[in-house]
Amino acid sequence: MIYFQLFYTFFLIGLFGFGGGYAMISMIQGEVVTNHHWMTMGEFTDIVAVSQMTPGPIGINSATYVGYTAVVNTGGAHWMGILGSATATFAVVLPSFILMLIISKFLMKYKHHPMVEHVFTGLRPAVVGLLAAACLLLMTPDNFSTPSESPWQFWISVAIFVSTLIACQVYKINPIRVLLCCALIGLLLF
Amino acid sequence: MIPVTDIKDTSRQPLPSLMGGEGGGSLFTTFFRIGLFTIGGGYAMIPLIEAKIVDEKQWITREELLDLMAVAQSCPGIFAVNIAIFIGYKLRGVGGALMSTLGCIMPSFLIILAIALFFRQFQDNPWVARAFRGIRPCVVALIAAPTFKMAKTARIGWTNVWIPVLGAFLIWMFGVSPIWVIVAAGLGGFLYGKYIAADSPPALPIREGADTEEKE
Repeated sequence: MIYFQLFYTFFLIGLFGFGGGYAMISMIQGEVVTNHHWMTMGEFTDIVAVSQMTPGPIGINSATYVGYTAVVNTGGAHWMGILGSATATFAVVLPSFILMLIISKFLMKYKHHPMVEHVFTGLRPAVVGLLAAACLLLMTPDNFSTPSESPWQFWISVAIFVSTLIACQVYKINPIRVLLCCALIGLLLF
Repeated sequence: MIPVTDIKDTSRQPLPSLMGGEGGGSLFTTFFRIGLFTIGGGYAMIPLIEAKIVDEKQWITREELLDLMAVAQSCPGIFAVNIAIFIGYKLRGVGGALMSTLGCIMPSFLIILAIALFFRQFQDNPWVARAFRGIRPCVVALIAAPTFKMAKTARIGWTNVWIPVLGAFLIWMFGVSPIWVIVAAGLGGFLYGKYIAADSPPALPIREGADTEEKE
């Protein structure tokens, strides 16, 4: 029964998927392409591409898409595919939901404990480092292009980067508005 | 002894409703909006949460968001969803967690299903590709922006600036998993508190206005 398999597979991925969306994608690939043969590597690559381009966390996007494709590829109708999507998405969220509830409870209870305070004194600066790393890791030719490959796209990307920073830091414009503007600039200029 | 680090009480702001009402101020609709515009991975959600939930609605403080990011990163599962669960739980208990999670994943779910059902050539569409060339550098800057504010909130000075620098460097250059950076930093903080700062008062008291200062 494919729904049970989907549930089990994605529950495990949710439970052991440390390290964010990209780490999860390699786990999903191992399970659904290599292990269960629910889809080809090419189909999976397409799913990852769409998951990166659409709004929402990459882990949720790929679980939703993989759930649908797995059911349809094994002979299910479209509505059964939707059920597959729901199963995979629910299963991937469930472990963290349970774990986070337990952790939240403890955290809210003990956050004033001196030892917990000390731990967070170390953690807070480290999280700033994580945020900086997330940003550095995204500064790739994939996202900005390169001066040699496409000078036009590169310099406009740099201009978008700088103006977004100014819009957020100096003028405190809502990030959603800035995103929409940049999408429009992309449509007009590229 | 309990340090004087009373984090701002969120009760001075009206608590959000679970589902509807209050002009879109509910947990579900707030996270739906955030989920809808989280493009490019979990960290892209941070600037949106910062703008909407920390600055505008003041449901949590910037410092709580920092703590929460450390916890969400070291837990299994999806970073953005973990954050939604915690905020929902903190504000309205288990029901709140359920609503914020649903709100956060619903846009993904609906959009992906729409693509799977009707628009399978989505990633090859030239209009979509163009819009994304504009969005990508914007997302990178959106993630860069809160880094500076967070640095202020984490009270980074000359004594501890090496922590974020080393952490970012290890992740960026050597591909170290962020989880190890979190574990090391937490352990370091613990040991520091236990053996070095044991006699002196623990963490510096957090100034009440630390978060509001920069908002004019």
